[in-house]
Amino acid sequence: MAVEVQHLTKRYGPQAAVDDISFSVQRGQILGFLGPNGAGKSTTMKIATGFIPPTSGTVTVEGYDVLTDSMAVRRVVGYLPEHNPLYLDQYVAEYLGFIAGLHGLRGETRTRRVSEMIGLVGLERERHKKIGALSKGYRQRVGLAQALVHDPAVLILDEPTTGLDPNQIVEIRALIKSIGQDKTVIFSTHILQEVRAICDRVVIINRGRLVADASVAELGQRAGSGVTAIAEFEQPLDAARTLRRLPGVTAVEPAAGTAATTFRISAATDSRAAISRLAAEQGWPLVGLRIEENSLEQIFQSLTSEAAPDEEQPEPQTT
Amino acid sequence: MFSILQKEFNAFFNSLIAYVVIGVFLVLLGLFVWVLPSSNVLDFGYADLGTFFNIAPFVFLFLVPAITMRTFAEEKKAGTIELLLTRPLSDWQLIMGKYLACVLLALVALVPTLLYYWSVWDLGAPQGNVDSAAVVGSYIGLALLAATFAALGIFASAITRDQVIAFIVAAFGCYLLYAGFDALVSLNVWGRGGYLLAQLGIAFHYSTIAKGLIDSRDVLYFLSIIALALGATRLALATRNW
Repeated sequence: MAVEVQHLTKRYGPQAAVDDISFSVQRGQILGFLGPNGAGKSTTMKIATGFIPPTSGTVTVEGYDVLTDSMAVRRVVGYLPEHNPLYLDQYVAEYLGFIAGLHGLRGETRTRRVSEMIGLVGLERERHKKIGALSKGYRQRVGLAQALVHDPAVLILDEPTTGLDPNQIVEIRALIKSIGQDKTVIFSTHILQEVRAICDRVVIINRGRLVADASVAELGQRAGSGVTAIAEFEQPLDAARTLRRLPGVTAVEPAAGTAATTFRISAATDSRAAISRLAAEQGWPLVGLRIEENSLEQIFQSLTSEAAPDEEQPEPQTT
Repeated sequence: MFSILQKEFNAFFNSLIAYVVIGVFLVLLGLFVWVLPSSNVLDFGYADLGTFFNIAPFVFLFLVPAITMRTFAEEKKAGTIELLLTRPLSDWQLIMGKYLACVLLALVALVPTLLYYWSVWDLGAPQGNVDSAAVVGSYIGLALLAATFAALGIFASAITRDQVIAFIVAAFGCYLLYAGFDALVSLNVWGRGGYLLAQLGIAFHYSTIAKGLIDSRDVLYFLSIIALALGATRLALATRNW
């Protein structure tokens, strides 16, 4: 296991920011760490990097305990903190050189690593600019570069894509995905598409508690309703009954406000192929067919809102 | 540690801080030592740098806290402290790196004042008629004083994320330690305890060293204050409470 979190709890006074969380990440996995704002994502990551100590429980990274072997953990972890703090009055290359120096890189090796990182994240043209003069997207790249400069085995990224424009988000995601090919990556986000786009596995936490730990595919099935396909036809059709008879289809309903041109078809698996064949047989003018994008969102919402009410009551003592 | 020292020291010279600190230090002392009528060496008529060594602590009193105030407060406010504390770098390495950078800057400000010594040496009649031992002692005293103020300043910066508070706390703390005890002693309530109380202040030990008498007790006093302040900094940092 690259990262192992066991019964991790962090209390601030009476309030538990993280409450008895356990999960583990295998080598080479990309783990999406998901949760609404204030769920305890950052706290967990700060503990895993050795920045703050846990109240109880253990975290080991590459076999090193964050409390007893803090220096070893820091050597194998690359960390991009939330809000990506940087020294705005340093130059890009200077800053990366400084961070590399903190990791004990010297002379030739340091210069080479810094150049490699600048190439990797695409900052060649900005390397002699001050960080303060860079746009947010470029700063994020600097943040990623500093997390990678010592070639860590484990990468912990706290909301690496917040505040970026759509193009930048796509770029950063691609970067994370390519990095993830030979490193273990944990990254937190509250955006679901991101998880679908990059991750192998998802851990969802809410109000400090673990509510899901599954692969992206498993999580999709967990919704119960399976996959919802949306079929759109050129003109209103009385197709509901016929669609319902397709194998595996559990429910068909006309989408709201579309005057029976669009149907939501729920099935256990992806039913798009069957729907298009059916439409061809029946001679229906099919103009659109897609999987409903929201299914993961709905799972996320149901997972993170159902835990909310019982939190209001005095919670049982967990010691 | 060397990485931190280098980064901090570069930061001083890349921003205006270093130039302002050195400039103000030299202008102020230059005025007192050579120009202002009540204190200048030329009117005084003795080849002596007493004025310089009496005024310098008071200039350091607010310049050193100005140097140190940003060390931790700024990192905490900007969040960059998280970058540093998740690197393979012990708390001590971080503290010492920053501390030594501040001390070094204060010492750099002192270097040009060696010209004063040369001037006075040259003006002496006969030439070179200066109490050189006292001057050397005073310089050592001044260096220790700056080092002590820097340690207090670093501590003040470690307990807050606001640079203004760090500055005020540090300046007040330094003043208290430098002159506060003497002021207390002047209250006529201590009897024989007054002498002991005076020994707790920096001024007592500084003045001994400034006479050219480098007593291990005085050096030890400065070193203990520095160790104490830096130890407290370490504790403040370890709480991660800001």
